[in-house]
Amino acid sequence: MTKRCDIHKILVIGSGPIVVGQAAEFDYSGSQAAIALKEEGYEVVLVNSNPATIMTDKETADKVYIEPLTLASLQTIIQQEKPDALLPTLGGQTGLNMAKELAESGILDEYNVELIGTKLSAIEAAEDREQFRDLMTELGEPVPASAIAVTVAEAVQFADVQGYPVIVRPAYTLGGSGGGIAQNEAELVQITQHGLDLSPVTQVLIEESIAGYKEIEFEVMRDTKDNALIVASMENFDPVGIHTGDSIVVAPVQTLSDVDYQMLRDAALKIIRALDIAGGVNIQMALAPDSDKYAIIEVNPRVSRSSALASKATGYPIAKMAAKIAVGLSLDEIKNPVTETTLADFEPALDYVIVKIPRWPFDKFKTANRQLGTQMKATGEVMAIGRNLEEALLKAIRSLEIGVTGLNDVQYEEWATSELLAHLWPARDDRLFMLAELLRRGVTPTELHDATKIDNYFLDKLVNIVTLAQQLQQAPGDSTMLALAKRRGFADATIAELWQWTSDDVWQLRIDHDIKPVYKMVDTVAGEFDAVTPYYYATYGKENEARVTQRPSVLVIGSGPIRIGQGVEFDYATVHAVKAIQSAGYEAIVMNSNPETVSTDFSISDKLYFEPLTFEDVREVVALEQPVGVIVQFGGQTAINLAADLEKHGINILGTSVADLNRAEDRASFNQVIEKLQLPQPIGQTATTVKEAVKIAKSIGYPVLVRPSYVLGGRAMEIVTNEAALADYMSRAVAVSHDHPVLIDQYVVGMEAELDVLSDGETVVTPGVMEHIEPAGIHSGDSMSVYPPQVLSESRQAKMIAAATALARELQIVGLLNVQFVIQDDTAYVIEVNPRASRTVPFISKVTDVPLAQLATQVMLGTKLADLGYQDGVQQVPTTVAVKAPVFSFSKLPGVTQLLGPEMKSTGEAMGRAETFDVALYKAFTSAGIKVPATPGVAVLLTDDDQEAVALELAFVNAGFKTRRQCERVEQGDVLIDTRKIPVASPQADQQMTLWHDAMNKQLPVFTSAATAYAFLQAYQSQNE
Amino acid sequence: MNKRYLVLENGSIYEGEGFGATQSVAGELVFTTGMTGYQEAITDKSYLGQMIVFTYPLIGNYGINDADYESDKPAASAIITADIAEHPSNWRSKMSLREWAEVMALPGITGVDTRALTKELREFGTMTGVLVDNPSDVAVNAPASLPVADAYQPTTVYKSDVSDVQVALIDFGLKNSIIRALNDRGVTVTVLSPDAAVTDILAGNPDGILLSNGPGDPNAFVDMIPKIQQLQEVKPLFGICLGHQLFAMANGADTYKMKFGHRGFNHAVRDLTSQRTDFTSQNHGYAVAKDSLQDTDLIVTHEDINDGTVEGVRLRNHAAFSVQFHPDAAPGPHDATYLFDEFVTLMRQEKAGVMQ
Repeated sequence: MTKRCDIHKILVIGSGPIVVGQAAEFDYSGSQAAIALKEEGYEVVLVNSNPATIMTDKETADKVYIEPLTLASLQTIIQQEKPDALLPTLGGQTGLNMAKELAESGILDEYNVELIGTKLSAIEAAEDREQFRDLMTELGEPVPASAIAVTVAEAVQFADVQGYPVIVRPAYTLGGSGGGIAQNEAELVQITQHGLDLSPVTQVLIEESIAGYKEIEFEVMRDTKDNALIVASMENFDPVGIHTGDSIVVAPVQTLSDVDYQMLRDAALKIIRALDIAGGVNIQMALAPDSDKYAIIEVNPRVSRSSALASKATGYPIAKMAAKIAVGLSLDEIKNPVTETTLADFEPALDYVIVKIPRWPFDKFKTANRQLGTQMKATGEVMAIGRNLEEALLKAIRSLEIGVTGLNDVQYEEWATSELLAHLWPARDDRLFMLAELLRRGVTPTELHDATKIDNYFLDKLVNIVTLAQQLQQAPGDSTMLALAKRRGFADATIAELWQWTSDDVWQLRIDHDIKPVYKMVDTVAGEFDAVTPYYYATYGKENEARVTQRPSVLVIGSGPIRIGQGVEFDYATVHAVKAIQSAGYEAIVMNSNPETVSTDFSISDKLYFEPLTFEDVREVVALEQPVGVIVQFGGQTAINLAADLEKHGINILGTSVADLNRAEDRASFNQVIEKLQLPQPIGQTATTVKEAVKIAKSIGYPVLVRPSYVLGGRAMEIVTNEAALADYMSRAVAVSHDHPVLIDQYVVGMEAELDVLSDGETVVTPGVMEHIEPAGIHSGDSMSVYPPQVLSESRQAKMIAAATALARELQIVGLLNVQFVIQDDTAYVIEVNPRASRTVPFISKVTDVPLAQLATQVMLGTKLADLGYQDGVQQVPTTVAVKAPVFSFSKLPGVTQLLGPEMKSTGEAMGRAETFDVALYKAFTSAGIKVPATPGVAVLLTDDDQEAVALELAFVNAGFKTRRQCERVEQGDVLIDTRKIPVASPQADQQMTLWHDAMNKQLPVFTSAATAYAFLQAYQSQNE
Repeated sequence: MNKRYLVLENGSIYEGEGFGATQSVAGELVFTTGMTGYQEAITDKSYLGQMIVFTYPLIGNYGINDADYESDKPAASAIITADIAEHPSNWRSKMSLREWAEVMALPGITGVDTRALTKELREFGTMTGVLVDNPSDVAVNAPASLPVADAYQPTTVYKSDVSDVQVALIDFGLKNSIIRALNDRGVTVTVLSPDAAVTDILAGNPDGILLSNGPGDPNAFVDMIPKIQQLQEVKPLFGICLGHQLFAMANGADTYKMKFGHRGFNHAVRDLTSQRTDFTSQNHGYAVAKDSLQDTDLIVTHEDINDGTVEGVRLRNHAAFSVQFHPDAAPGPHDATYLFDEFVTLMRQEKAGVMQ
């Protein structure tokens, strides 16, 4: 054994809040690393500012700090904990950059902390464009012609020689943020300026475009004994030019011969050996479609999104192995956790195919620029496993939960062929569906290849799906065709649509002909060795491998891809549910489709079904496993939406009954509940026509809050101030109908608060009330939230707790209920209820030490809260204050307004906790990436309301700031407070957007609500305490 | 759809769609876990007479090209896949796997649950199977005989452009990639059949002897044993796969039939000298018995890190060694190509009269 015995305590830094380009994958890698290090007997100290993660659970490490990821904060922790070593490569770019800062500032040396794993010099050689190019030249590995530019002029000069298009890549930015392809000088100037502004070292790489090459990725591992291997190879459906995070990805590579593959494998191993990597690496390469020419695009010397995908795609736990390598173990002495008999020193062999599709936020951000390029825009991703590519692709599509069951997205039927063709390049997120529509119209794959450079192999698979759909349509009720379609991954729902049947009828025909899925194991060895992984996927074949055990089981439905409104917090809840199920003596079965998360790590549950979360897919797993019940409260709206169908088909839903879930979610029945309990609620009505909506709004009085019923994260929710705006909303945002009514509510102005209650039907426990800093009208997920309340009086809190308790009793909640209030004068109006685990569950669980998700699971399994020692009402009041701050990804999503409203926009959250509210605020802002200046600067105040401006001015001036009421351009030191509500698509709105972008590029604080600005000022002033 | 059936020795039946040649065929069923390299595998004579089950479900994606042949025609008697590509895509592709199977009269079956089949082979061990149109008219007890005799070419010389050494390569069913690997290193290769006498082998005064890979049981070539014993005394000698087994047998070791063999290229092998592991291309159903090495002059140089299979040996006080895996790869990783360098270096040293 080569394990290090000279180190005992290891510090692991997480990746902070979730933003585009850095999502749940680092919760997965961070927790895996912590588990692996603990397994080896080391003491683990973990730091991360993101409360919504499993990583920051106190059980994950020996010591967990939910603190800002700043030099000052890390220094304090290091001083206190005196770790022997720091493992820097498992917390994404954020964790890595933090480690570099700590090293460069001398803090690591000062406290004698050794960096373990890949050496800093190697990381720099991989990340620094110039060093990397030099190394590639030395190794004889081809790289695209490029030049480093630190000024716009240098970039233009390169392009003048090299010719356009060229690619701009800023150095050291998240997810390639700020990069792009420039077709001409004007674009180059703009992109370069932006990139230089974003790059912490003011450096961009200008590169020859190899757009159209195949994009190939290798996940590589190496240990300090120089054993090196390829964990996975991946081929992008979309050729080079689209960020891999925004590309559809297939694993393993499909269109490479062994000669091609081995050529790239040799290159990858040569590079990781030359870099002297100890751990995991992602290598991106481009291969010419018409020769054996290739180029190395980049090397990420750390665990990444791709490595999370590769881990789930192969079963090979990269982060865990990387952590073990960092403490000196070698691959040929670590057991392969999948087989438990063979060693980790092997290259996984797949006997299935993987398709990953990114999940983009454009369903929420209607105005955003949907064009894909070198800057990633997706918030999450889905993965699907099949025995053929068509099957994996169709399973992945239905995992996206974007309202389509296959390649048949009806919205493109309205588009002219010329219009569709024009949208193929540059690519948009929805290109896949456009390709299918064009194929249906008889456009040839060759034409599509010419327009997109997508490999004919992949296009041919789309042809197969389109053709099969057409054949199916001609043969309703044909069981042979049905069997064929199921083998190629068609959903019952798709077939039903083609046959104009119901899905149940299709299912019945399947059952009649014994066309049922089987489940195969993901075993890393293609069946060569016996494996013990309880990790399965569905396909249509001869043998079912999933063994149903004697133990009673419970199925937990996960939350699918990370999207705005449904983030990592639901994965947190899912994992906790698993733990509670297991300790209650049941077998815990998880179903989920998200490769980034902890819940889809096969070692978490007793059985993992990596499957789409549609009714059909869940029903089949239930049919096989016969669990005692299904838990839908932890998988966000995804799981809740399945409840009715599952129950209708005789499947037992644990916890709150489906009837009661409906009473909470259906407007009319919920109104009856509210009336019965005599609780205050904003006046509201349901409209099924535009005319009706106008009438209702008039009777309520403007402003009104409008939204479609059954929404996720306030999607398409708006505050409308007059009839014209209402008419505009109705035409733009929703297609109102009897099936899709629109809710129109009185907009009550006031403070907002929310709470999560836990009920077993008898006892109703409230861990605590969370008070929002921003007023009602701003989505709760976008509001800063404080626990315990600082403003709300005891009596008002008591009113809310009483109301929530009454609601929980009346709705016969067994499990969790989230209730949101707006408080005006002394009245607490109920504005929203969610009969499930909400976004705030991890936050409130961590700050109150009440493990809500686990308790809720226990309750669903029949335990009484009284028996666990809990009583009605609020739990003990804490001695510290915690503030949760939303984190946005606006810089990645051009065209999205930063103005906060009822529609959720944030991608993640951070937490600050301290003895005092002010310091907690300071930490929360800092953790959320908003720099609180040490000295006063200039507050730029742009408001519609003069009174608001005067009040803000007074406050900032009192704190020593200068103020400005006009603004063309912001400067360093400015704080931009712009609360102007400018109608979209006006020149003023464009100017406002430009100003915000300018501020973001300069990394200045931008606030679009006065309340946040005051909180910021308070945080600023805390520094003098 | 052309329904065909694969019937196993133990009675299991797998249904699928036939492609390529339509005759009934019997053979030993073996599975390979390589995810690329089907053209090389099918034309690799080590698979002679065997039916290859590809565990990777998508076969034929990049078509068939002119270069990736390990011999001039399919060696396998049939191929079994889950899903074949009808429209391959690769710049070197000349035709689809289906077209090629037709041209080459190679029977194939697709749409098979190859994972279930692989697990069955893993559990029951290697079995005989038949590929037929009708599952009921099968008598599966006829074991597939290996057509060893027609595997050889007449003595042929493959010249390297810058040759300074030459090798006599005994062909038990060799892969083209062995000749390529030697030619690339400035070695001229004379290929001889196993029937060749020692005098014939040494006639051209070669600088070294290479015992090639080949199909089946090494006991079919016991005639080689005394010849190897003579050759290793006079020339540097290198054995690959079947050649390795014969070399070991010539020095007192025994071989045995493995339960289901090693076929694929993710088998990690530890070089016991450097302690480094390499991923090797493997295709063998027999192996050298470790216990039988006691009291011989053979030293184990390489072993499989998982099951401890002997993967390489060296003869004490001789310039003679052998490996069970394929350093020539094709298909598979290039990790072990250094062995050819070592062999060539050894020959040059011997030639220059450098004492070991």
